[in-house]
Amino acid sequence: MAARDGRRSVTPADPEAAARIDVRKTYKLYIGGAFPRTESGRSYLVSAADGTPLANACRASRKDLRDAVRAARKAQPGWAGKTAMNRGQVLYRVAELMEGRRDQFIAEVAAAEGLRGPRAAAVVDRAIDRWVWYAGWADKIAQVLGSTNPVAAPFFNFTIPEATGVVGVVAPETSSLLGLVSRLAPPLVSGNAVVLITSETRPLPAVTLSEVLATSDVPGGVVNVLTGRKAELIPVMAAHVDVDALDTWGVPETLRLETEQLAADDVKRLSRRPRSVDDARFDWLDDRASERPEWIAAFLEMKTVWHPIGV
Amino acid sequence: MVDRARGTSLIPAPDPSPSSWGFGDGQAIPWEYAPAPEARDIVTLRERYGLFINGRSVPAAGGATFTSIDPSTERPLAEVARATPADVDKAVRAARRAERRSWGQLPGKERAKYLFRISRILQERSREFAVLESMDSGKPIKESRDVDIPLAANHFWYYAGWADKLDYAFPGRVARPLGVAAQIIPWNFPLLMLAWKIAPALAAGNTVVLKPASTTPLSALLFADVCVQADLPPGTVNIVTGPGEIGMHLATHPDVDKVAFTGSTEIGKKIGRGVAGTDKALTLELGGKAANIVFDDAPLDQAIEGIVNGIYFNQGEVCCAGSRLLVQESIADTVIDKLKDRLSTIRVGDPLDKNTDVGAINSKAQLDKITELVASGVAEGADLYQPACDLPERGYFFRPTLFTNVAQSHRIAQEEIFGPVLSVLTFRTPDEAVEKANNTAYGLSAGIWTDKGSRILDMVSRMKAGVVWANTFNKFDPTSPFGGYKESGFGREGGMHGLHAYVRLEDR
Repeated sequence: MAARDGRRSVTPADPEAAARIDVRKTYKLYIGGAFPRTESGRSYLVSAADGTPLANACRASRKDLRDAVRAARKAQPGWAGKTAMNRGQVLYRVAELMEGRRDQFIAEVAAAEGLRGPRAAAVVDRAIDRWVWYAGWADKIAQVLGSTNPVAAPFFNFTIPEATGVVGVVAPETSSLLGLVSRLAPPLVSGNAVVLITSETRPLPAVTLSEVLATSDVPGGVVNVLTGRKAELIPVMAAHVDVDALDTWGVPETLRLETEQLAADDVKRLSRRPRSVDDARFDWLDDRASERPEWIAAFLEMKTVWHPIGV
Repeated sequence: MVDRARGTSLIPAPDPSPSSWGFGDGQAIPWEYAPAPEARDIVTLRERYGLFINGRSVPAAGGATFTSIDPSTERPLAEVARATPADVDKAVRAARRAERRSWGQLPGKERAKYLFRISRILQERSREFAVLESMDSGKPIKESRDVDIPLAANHFWYYAGWADKLDYAFPGRVARPLGVAAQIIPWNFPLLMLAWKIAPALAAGNTVVLKPASTTPLSALLFADVCVQADLPPGTVNIVTGPGEIGMHLATHPDVDKVAFTGSTEIGKKIGRGVAGTDKALTLELGGKAANIVFDDAPLDQAIEGIVNGIYFNQGEVCCAGSRLLVQESIADTVIDKLKDRLSTIRVGDPLDKNTDVGAINSKAQLDKITELVASGVAEGADLYQPACDLPERGYFFRPTLFTNVAQSHRIAQEEIFGPVLSVLTFRTPDEAVEKANNTAYGLSAGIWTDKGSRILDMVSRMKAGVVWANTFNKFDPTSPFGGYKESGFGREGGMHGLHAYVRLEDR
């Protein structure tokens, strides 16, 4: 990987073209299926784990966040309205396209998280596999979590899960890709739309993931990706009345109380990382720990229906 | 005032005179009913009730009490201990001890037998509970006897069977109890809400500190007696009575692992704030403003009964009450006429009379709230209808009330009234019905009346509501999960899903 003018390229190096000036990528937001810059015109410098500058990332504003929520709200009914099998296929396609960009993700994760090649490859491979694992749940979760209920009266009574709506996901701070995928896939698979705040210090793999999402039949607006300052964005998301639920995994300890208080004001559903679990030490490579139908269930509403039996 | 329903009707209403008996003019039909009072002597009221902590009845620290009254007569029933924060701490300590040493150590099979015992005792003493419940809450004996108490007993029965079968409820996971559960319940279904809270908590191996509503503490304190009769290990169930601040102290107690609250959305939000930043598990069952949607092909007489049951059951003091009637424009006039007729046959009065349909409003404060909201409906321009009926001279009573010409922006169409007040709105297309039904911050329940099965399922899928009743309303069952979307809360009570609120899932 050639280092030029103090920046390190995160695209795979081609030794034949050592003399070529590479075309760098502008890292943008992903809102409503488009890749805008932040309306605020601000950016912040993202550095590799070793301190080398990597790129300028957008520093999203509260306006960007509100735009993202609007896009999510608009897209959510269509996504939830797709057949479960179709949602599963679309998310499986995300895995397919990530596989095609595997080398790029490995380079980005290695740079962002300071991992050696084989370790970074293991992380990326697991992220791809995790999409496959969750994608398979799309047409099964209702059978596992739904029920028919033998009420003591002449009624057919059943309970079905439905997507909650718009979910705000605060991505893990440490695991920039695998952790993020592990938190993003569960709300998505059941038909929620997501507004995602990436890792603040390691946002670049998430932006590249959004490019994959944009080309893998995930409808525009179903996933919206914001980079920027968590302290600036999280309170706005927690207070936004059109966000139905929050995944607070990546909320820094300093913001935990305020975030949950704001979320209580409109009865948001919360999926909270237990205080005993340290984001930085969580082992996302552990399938048993990270592949949990409970994480899907956290963003489902149970609807119970009564229908008379008789003439 | 313009009759909106009539004025914009696409299809002229058929014969305006309703087919049912009655005059559609608010005149009471002169049915004569002889008094049919339920005997009160089955209940032995104590002069004073203590807190139930660690298996014993104890006075509050400092000995303060408050009075629980009969809302149908405004006469005092008993003095009840007014818990202090120190009493709550003591109750939480007792619950923690029971969780560590007795209840929490019992195998599921043994927990099950205790819960079956409780269910049986509730069945055996059902009439005593029904009479006491009606005396303390004002609800008709017909309802406490046929709905509240049997359902409460059935709830314990249902969850008893789960206690030793948790492995089958959560495949691939080990379900562990959360620990000490703080449970705060409302005054509209005092014993039933107690059962909804305590049964799943105990089945999963938790211990409980429960705070009943301050206007209806007596059935919970009689339940303490059931715990003693069942030889439940001391500290497994603790009951503290007192004002709302005591509930908040309990919910935010540092040694409480789980908070379950049923009540208003306003208080629910405060509790949510109170537990923010902690690891406490939380479930909330809050307010509602349910739409009861009647299509032009609905079985009308059945629908009328459903609408009446939906809003006048338990004086309308029901979180899932069908308080907004959405009726298709083409049949609006007929439905309203039939409703007015039906309203004139509703018997309002003594809760202990077996003929009574609508009893007393639970408290003066609630009566004032209903009165104020009804006045706002009139002031905002809706048309008020109340049948002519005699109300008892004493006690907190309110006439069954119906508003027509209601706009979506009216307070009576937006706010939870929690009283026998129905707001009628109209719609033309299913899309409009969906939009109006979902146009609320609440999402607890909904009703759909139509003869077309595919339309029922379509409407079901579009309702943002946790419980949808099709061609019925206000049905409850221990096996059937209940709970809200949106600001009506989260978590479910009843069914297998109700267990989830009281367990921590660990890897096998």
